[in-house]
Amino acid sequence: MAATEVTPLPTRVVDARGSFCPGPLMALIGAIREAKVGDVLEVWSSDQGSRRDIPFWVNKAGHELVALADEAGYTRFVILKKR
Amino acid sequence: MPNRLSMVVFSGTVDRLYPVGIIASGAVAMGMEVNVFLTFWGLEAFRKGRPESNQKMDMNYAEMAPMMGQAMMQAKVPPWIELLKQAKAMGNVKVHACAMTADLLHLKKEDFDPIVDDVVGVGEFVSEARDGEVTMFI
Repeated sequence: MAATEVTPLPTRVVDARGSFCPGPLMALIGAIREAKVGDVLEVWSSDQGSRRDIPFWVNKAGHELVALADEAGYTRFVILKKR
Repeated sequence: MPNRLSMVVFSGTVDRLYPVGIIASGAVAMGMEVNVFLTFWGLEAFRKGRPESNQKMDMNYAEMAPMMGQAMMQAKVPPWIELLKQAKAMGNVKVHACAMTADLLHLKKEDFDPIVDDVVGVGEFVSEARDGEVTMFI
C-alpha cells in the first residue's frame, strides 16, 4: 500500500471500533485536546457517520486529514494536529 | 450571533432522550454551545435516579422496544445520560429545568440529577434561544 508508506507514524492510535456515532468523533476530539501541535493521531472507526463527520470536523477545527484508508470492517483516519 | 443550539426537551421516553444526548454531542463537537430546556415529561426524566431507571419507550413502537433494547445492549451503546454528560464535560452545555413544571411537581433544583444547572423561566430560555442559530423541539 503506497499511501500508507508516506503516512507519518502516529503519536497515538485511538481505537474507536465498535463505538457508534458520534463516539469516534468525540474520542478524536478528546485525543486532539490532549495532543501537542505537530502530533499525528490515528483513529479507527467502524461507524458509518465517521466517514463524513471526521473529515468535516478536522477541516473545520483547522487540522489536517493526512490519510483516510479503508481496512477490513473499519476506516483509518490519520490526522495532523495543526493548532 | 452566538453559535448556539437550543433544545426544548418535552418528551421523557428513552428513544427521544437518545437524540438529546447525541445531538448535544454533535453540536459540542462542531464548536456550538448547547442550551437545553427540560419541560413536562422531559423534566420528569431528569428527576434524581430517573435517568438510570427510566425504561419508557414511545408506545407507538412498543412492539419494537425489546428488539431495540437488545440491539443496543449487544452493541454496548452508552446510556443516553452518559452521552449528555460527555457532551457537557467537553463543551458548554447548559441544562435548564422549566420553572412551571418544577412548581407543578413541587420540585427544587436539588430534586434533579446533578446535570441540571438551574431552574429558569421560559422567558429566559426563549431569549437565549433567540440569540442562537438553531432551536429544536424534542
